[in-house]
Amino acid sequence: MNEDILEIGGVKLNSRLLTGTGKYADDSVIPDVCEASGSQIITVALRRVDLESDTGNVMDFIPEHMQLLPNTSGARTAEEAVRIARLAKAMGCGDWIKIEVISDNKYLLPDGYETAKATEILAKEGFTVLPYVNADLYIARSLVDAGAAAVMPLGAPIGTNRGLKTREMIRILIDEINLPIIVDAGIGRPSEACEAMEMGADACLVNTAIATATDPIMMARAFGRAVKAGREAYLSVPGAKHSHAKASSPLTGFLHEG
Amino acid sequence: MSFYPICAEYNDAPLAEQFGSVTEHDVRRALNKTTLKPEDFLALLSPAAIPFLEEMAAKASQLTLQHFGRTIQLFTPLYMANFCTNRCVYCGFNTKNDIPRSQLEPEELEEEAKAIAATGLKHLLILTGDARAKSSPDYIKSSAKILSKYFPSVSIEIYAMTEEEYSRLEKAGVDGMTMFQETYNEKLYPELHPAGPKNDYRFRLDAPERACKAGMRTVNIGALLGLDEWRNDALKTGIHAAYLQNKYPEVDIAVSLPRIRTHVGDAFEPKSLVNDQSLVQNMLALRIFLPRCGITISTREAPEFRENILPLGVTRMSAGVSTEVGGHTKDDEKVGQFDISDERSVEEMCQVLKNHGYQPVFKDWEPLGAV
Repeated sequence: MNEDILEIGGVKLNSRLLTGTGKYADDSVIPDVCEASGSQIITVALRRVDLESDTGNVMDFIPEHMQLLPNTSGARTAEEAVRIARLAKAMGCGDWIKIEVISDNKYLLPDGYETAKATEILAKEGFTVLPYVNADLYIARSLVDAGAAAVMPLGAPIGTNRGLKTREMIRILIDEINLPIIVDAGIGRPSEACEAMEMGADACLVNTAIATATDPIMMARAFGRAVKAGREAYLSVPGAKHSHAKASSPLTGFLHEG
Repeated sequence: MSFYPICAEYNDAPLAEQFGSVTEHDVRRALNKTTLKPEDFLALLSPAAIPFLEEMAAKASQLTLQHFGRTIQLFTPLYMANFCTNRCVYCGFNTKNDIPRSQLEPEELEEEAKAIAATGLKHLLILTGDARAKSSPDYIKSSAKILSKYFPSVSIEIYAMTEEEYSRLEKAGVDGMTMFQETYNEKLYPELHPAGPKNDYRFRLDAPERACKAGMRTVNIGALLGLDEWRNDALKTGIHAAYLQNKYPEVDIAVSLPRIRTHVGDAFEPKSLVNDQSLVQNMLALRIFLPRCGITISTREAPEFRENILPLGVTRMSAGVSTEVGGHTKDDEKVGQFDISDERSVEEMCQVLKNHGYQPVFKDWEPLGAV
């Protein structure tokens, strides 16, 4: 098998699992989580970054080799997301940005329209933009036009660990959108990440399920393996599924008789 | 439309009877639901739910972990002034109480800010007494400007304001607002607040909504448990939070669960005693009813109790608290608004949280100035 590379914004990656930095009991576990998962991209909420702090800054725990993906958590509009992205860049967090525009704190569902607006502005400014959106073909197409580097549809509402509830919609995005599709949010178990990858998703982002596990390091390892297994299954093109045993050609066999 | 007519319905309802008629079956049904209705919340607050506290705790704990992770956000109050024009019969700042009154001058405020910032805290809650003439909206605004140099998040817990005033403060960098209704009982309210601007029940009741409209990011409400039968105020507080959450989904709604503590002045007899079990029941019911709602616990509570309730729904805690004006920089004996119970330093609090498997979160907001 040729080397399986995921390319986002010109960066070549071997790992197809993206991880996060939120909800940990102790940020000092982050380096071990990165190592165990094999992840090469990590997202961090700019609102949590505190460069002045001597009591602990989440950035101190992110291994150097990781591609940093600051996110715009807390943004309620495109304008706020744009400001956060610029702040992140000014603070030295690089020019990758995961756009989250959420104005519903009850369900934390992303606002597709505002996200597309922010994506367009930031892509023009040279950011590598990874927008987090509902699994919706129209929104995804508008993100392609806006210059996104990938599309991150949710599997289920963020933080719910409910799995691939939007399975069929994600399948459409995989078929129709010519950008990496990264399933973000809702994945609660490694088997669900594996399923997304088997379907042909390009990558998965998992935070809550790892951070809130009793043993986050072991869970990170499990997700790393599940994503890999799902990817290999996808690449190997599985045989079709059948619910019954099949005779070879029950309907057209006569054509070959005699 | 405001919360007032909804609250009025609850004020008119025979709540004691409704709480009393909840059955074991009602409690089980509420516990098995994913999305709860107000009647389910009432069931979980009822005496019939007491035998289910452990089950409620398991569910509340799981919901909190899922939505907030193993983190507790820390903040501290800064008392800027204690001039007050009200006569809240249960409060240490009551205008009738003969205590030294003062207000921090800009230089003093800056010193106080520096002292608090040195502890590492980044979220600040500023408080004044209810004295619009002394602690004017302009004073609050200019103070917020000074404080925002030291703190990425500045919230206010002051007298009720108009939407326009909230909006001006929001533009000056204030991102959160805390307002306790004290009691939602409209008949009892004037007895407890016999004089002063706070006497206006409805103006206060609608204040959190005005703050939401003005663009505040966080709005924290609460009732001072014990002023009325605690179940009544717990129920109405939760309904109020749900109302705000539904109408202003962009605002982070949080609830505090303060219960009455001692202070100088006339001995005030609370209407109901809120024991630990009751406070826990209130917190669990609230978490199950509103899984994404912030829950704030102050240093009014004792250290051991604060630690025990960590996994039950708490998301924010105050730490390193002084309820005295200038209490972080001045050593002379002052009189606070109420006596605090957990006097541990920020550093000690952090260690305690870590020992319990929680990450103390200092910074959870980045102000969005023009970039």
